Amino acid sequence: MSNLDQFRAETRAFLDENCPPEMREPIHSESDLCWGGRNWVFKSDAQRRWLEIMAGRGWTVPDWPKDYGGGGLSPAEASVLKEELQRIGARPPLTSFGISMLGPALLKFGTEVQKRHYLSQIGRGEIRWCQGYSEPGAGSDLAGLQTKAEDKGDHWLVNGQKVWTSYADKADWIFCLVRTSAESKQGGITFLLFDMLSPGVSTKPILLISGSSPFCETFFDDVKVPKDQIVGEVNKGWDVAKYLLGHEREMIAGMGLGTSGASVTLGPVIKPADPLLRAEIAAFDVDALSFAAMSERFAAMWKAGEAHPASASLMKYAGTELNKRRNALVMAGGGSDALDWAGERSHRGKAARDWLRSKGNSIEGGTSEIQLNIIAKHILHLPGS
Amino acid sequence: MSLLTDDQKMLQETAASFLAEEGGIAKQLRHWRDIDCKDGFGHGLWKRFGELGLTGICIPESHGGLGLGAVEVALVLEEIGRNLTPSPFLTTAVVAVRAIEDTQHADRWYPDILSGQAVLALGVDEQARHMPDRTALEAKRQGNGFVLNGAKQFVVQGGSADMIVTLARSGGLAGEKNGLTLFAVPRDCAGLVVENAALVDSSKAALLRFNNVELDADAVIGEVDGGWVPLSRALNAGRAAAAAELVGVAAGASAMTLDYLKQRKQFGKLIGEMQALQHRAAHLYSEIEIARAVALKAAALLDRGDGRAELFVSAAKAKAADVASLAASEGVQMHGGIGMTDEHDIGLFMKRQAVLGQLFGDVFYHRERVAALSGY
Repeated sequence: MSNLDQFRAETRAFLDENCPPEMREPIHSESDLCWGGRNWVFKSDAQRRWLEIMAGRGWTVPDWPKDYGGGGLSPAEASVLKEELQRIGARPPLTSFGISMLGPALLKFGTEVQKRHYLSQIGRGEIRWCQGYSEPGAGSDLAGLQTKAEDKGDHWLVNGQKVWTSYADKADWIFCLVRTSAESKQGGITFLLFDMLSPGVSTKPILLISGSSPFCETFFDDVKVPKDQIVGEVNKGWDVAKYLLGHEREMIAGMGLGTSGASVTLGPVIKPADPLLRAEIAAFDVDALSFAAMSERFAAMWKAGEAHPASASLMKYAGTELNKRRNALVMAGGGSDALDWAGERSHRGKAARDWLRSKGNSIEGGTSEIQLNIIAKHILHLPGS
Repeated sequence: MSLLTDDQKMLQETAASFLAEEGGIAKQLRHWRDIDCKDGFGHGLWKRFGELGLTGICIPESHGGLGLGAVEVALVLEEIGRNLTPSPFLTTAVVAVRAIEDTQHADRWYPDILSGQAVLALGVDEQARHMPDRTALEAKRQGNGFVLNGAKQFVVQGGSADMIVTLARSGGLAGEKNGLTLFAVPRDCAGLVVENAALVDSSKAALLRFNNVELDADAVIGEVDGGWVPLSRALNAGRAAAAAELVGVAAGASAMTLDYLKQRKQFGKLIGEMQALQHRAAHLYSEIEIARAVALKAAALLDRGDGRAELFVSAAKAKAADVASLAASEGVQMHGGIGMTDEHDIGLFMKRQAVLGQLFGDVFYHRERVAALSGY
């Protein structure tokens, strides 16, 4: 038996024994996920145990180094773990922007002290992070951001406003892009970390068409931030931001495959009786299977360093457009049942809410149009773009 | 999915340079088209495929071939597609070789395929649509052998072939997979009438009429009434291969179009500066990458004998056909008027994808198969 086969056998046995049955139930809504953090209230004892069990092995962040609280798994072992988790339909033990976004940026740009401190907290689910990027005047043109951080000798003084800050009202800390120089647009941005309990920070949730409020407006009024809480160098935050956006796009792109543990293809779920709907779902399923293959190939190429740095834009574009189609077809398949908004049988209007929420996928993290611009410029080298 | 091995990368590079140098549009496709060649391809180039070992790509090493799999076939066919190279590679070196694998016909034909002498074809379709289980061409037992009556159409390179792997009904009813038998039919056998027809892309496909064609029992490939097994093996290999060729056609059309966007000026600037065209080019790029990913995944699953192989083969064939059609349409549109001329090559991509799109089942056939294999 190869080492990998042995790892698979051991992992399977471990998961069979330790993954609580409740944590193998399908995810009905975002509230079924465990986000961790200082104020997290576990939805069940099973959710708490599942986090403890996995965090204990570093398997909330399986491919991070052990020194930083990770599992220290090789890419191949991490894939095996992912497959074995999928096999039993396990929910992720921990979902966080610390894992999917800040962590990779810290691994690349953080100091040794920062890595040991922040990464371990992320892996254990102790600190819930939010991302302060967009501003009212800086959406697609992100580098036009104006939130200011002044150097006051022993601290930064932050003033300004962010918008579309995911879960800012629930987060403990924020990673934030601020302007430290007006002389250069992209070259005057710094990547700052600070506690959301700092005096002068306030948040206001934004109600979306889906009826939920995953985003906030976030205000900074004379917020003092210790000088060493920057990632990378002063005025070089755009490099960190771009790297992190690549990971964010990768994560959002994963949504094209549907919720984790669910079927890639839609036909087996909807079982369409109408022949024309069936035909459209079959066309969708061809695209879904194709995108699943693309995701595997992209992940392998990304790990091997063979992916074009801008190809995360392809994944983000294709994945989110596919997810919008998926949700629209679920609505079509559900007929008038899918219109229910609050009933128990419809899981509080899950189909309709997911459908409405999916419309934002091709806007957040850089619109589809911005992704196409990036592909045209950086991959196709089209002129003047 | 693992990425390419060093050997696979080397094969890809060899195929790319060979086909770009010797298989290009001016040297092959236009040349044979313009002299109205009866085969639609050059036998000289086919022998060069043989010299490079490529005709034996799927032939086991024990028979002197390269013994490679569907992934390697896909790498070669993407280059063939990119250059629109006319050759019997897909029909002979992939489909026919897989059909006669592990049978007495392998000993008869593999040596001539290896040398680039033999051309083999596959006769399945009997109507305008691909429906192998509806096969009606009759194979009636007679003495020690069979008598065949009926017709086949869209037999690609059937007019040039030395032998046609032919699907016939020896039992059961139309629509049943049992009762089908695969035969090795020499093209020069008595009672076989071959009508050669030029297709839209200047390739040739034959209409075959079987008028009391008498075959010995040893013409059977595999088991009598059990033809579905070798047929599926051949068709799966052929569909995965056609998907890869379609990816190549799409990539070739897209590359030509991108070049044009960077040269052509209107309103005092390059048309590639226009965001309306940039977004379409970027969308097309994204679609081609996805089509390549699913084509390679289908090939890898076939090579591993994975149970999901058929599902992904059909997804790959449908997706690649859709994307090649998009690439060709966008290519002609973005070229403007020049794209409608016979003189420009972009229209040749439009023609080729149409033929490959039909081969071994079109987009609708394979979407239907994805639905059926997924249980809905």
